[in-house]
Amino acid sequence: MAILEVKGINKTFDDTLVLKDISFVLEENQVLAIIGSSGGGKTTLLRCLNFLETPEEGEMWIHDKKIFDGLENKTLSEAQIRENRLHFGLVFQSFNLFPQYTALGNVMLARQLEAKSKPDYGKNKKEIEAAIEKQAKELLTQMGLEDRMDNYPHQLSGGQCQRVAIARALAMSPDILCFDEPTSALDPELTGEVLRVIKELSERDNTMIIVTHEMAFAREVADKIIFMDDGRIVEEGPPEQIFENPKSERLQEFLQSMITV
Amino acid sequence: MQTFMEQLPTVIGALNVGFLQTLKLFVVTLLGAVPLGLIIAFGAMSKVKILKVLCRGLIWIIRGTPLMIQLLIIYFFPGLVLANNVWGGGETGRFIAACVAFIVNYACYFAEIYRGGIQSVPVGQEEAGMVLGMTRRQIFFNVTLLQMIKRIVPPMSNEILTLVKDTSLARIIAMQEIIWAGQAFMKGSQGISGAIWPLFFTAIYYLIFNGILTVLLRKLEEKLEFFQ
Repeated sequence: MAILEVKGINKTFDDTLVLKDISFVLEENQVLAIIGSSGGGKTTLLRCLNFLETPEEGEMWIHDKKIFDGLENKTLSEAQIRENRLHFGLVFQSFNLFPQYTALGNVMLARQLEAKSKPDYGKNKKEIEAAIEKQAKELLTQMGLEDRMDNYPHQLSGGQCQRVAIARALAMSPDILCFDEPTSALDPELTGEVLRVIKELSERDNTMIIVTHEMAFAREVADKIIFMDDGRIVEEGPPEQIFENPKSERLQEFLQSMITV
Repeated sequence: MQTFMEQLPTVIGALNVGFLQTLKLFVVTLLGAVPLGLIIAFGAMSKVKILKVLCRGLIWIIRGTPLMIQLLIIYFFPGLVLANNVWGGGETGRFIAACVAFIVNYACYFAEIYRGGIQSVPVGQEEAGMVLGMTRRQIFFNVTLLQMIKRIVPPMSNEILTLVKDTSLARIIAMQEIIWAGQAFMKGSQGISGAIWPLFFTAIYYLIFNGILTVLLRKLEEKLEFFQ
């Protein structure tokens, strides 16, 4: 069953159409990699999925439930948008960790705030806090950061920061975890540790969308590849087809330029 | 003719009374201007056009004119033009008028510092909070605020030290703060006249008080050094 269905998304910035009629389907536990040259709309698409940008047209469906409709969007309350947004998690290129919280604090914060706003918090405060902390510690351990939990972001390497950011996104148990060029801001020797973690997640039945420039990684980890150019989906298919048998001229050119550099 | 040592207790007593007024004006201004500045800052950044124009206009006028004129206008305008002295008479009325003038004036300076502080927090911080499902309120109080405070402490320290000295302007509406008290001994007061040394003593009060503030504000800055 399709976990996500995107239909006819159009998005403009200052009269420039940056996403043109984007439609695709993502199955549960699939990993989708979005590739393409910079400025092609990949990041904007992820930001639309996470409700950081609002498309003018199009629909988004999760588990056959419509969570976005360009026509009805203005009538949605902030609380509804927040709820819809939580179907997705987003890992940013530049981590965007909260500098005044430790690694553990970063992972726990959103859950703690969510719990505090619920009526039963006062009664079960201790148990709730303990459960949140336990989950956060498990996630950080899973990310290989068991001895870094009490460090602040400025005391961590870029790769460690990005792994904290992944744990932070996972803490909200999103249906679909999105990565926006997760290794682009990292020194080359640090990309491996982050890619390894993402690969592990893909093997554990997580549904993910990864915008990346790491072609070898996309090929290895993805079940499906979308090639975007100039705001359009030019070609999509399984990795073997995209990389070995590209049909469109634009994709052939793109892959060629990757090899000859 | 009294000796210096005989005059000293009289002068110190008078200066203490004056300094208490200075201190009261300083504390009340700070307590009023710190939150009011935040409101004006949000107004100046508001999407509501009329609010934005009003707040920016107020900031422009207040920062563009001398505090001394503002003091005079705020104190005398109601009585002389509206024929209704809302401040009431006497020392209390003058003190309240001075507080209003100082709070409005400093709130506008603080508002600009806050605005700079808020806008210097990367937009990615807010976005990170949003994708984690936090409300705008939660993001402001739990993510943005402390980062903003860290950035505004140095410029705020500057303004706060300036405020201590600016309180002396309140003498233009005859609020009897410490310089007023010191200067009285030049003209003649409590049997002492033609004495300039009490004025030097007022300077020492300012120096010591600003010294203490400098240490406290530096401590606050250090407290916020745990993150970058």
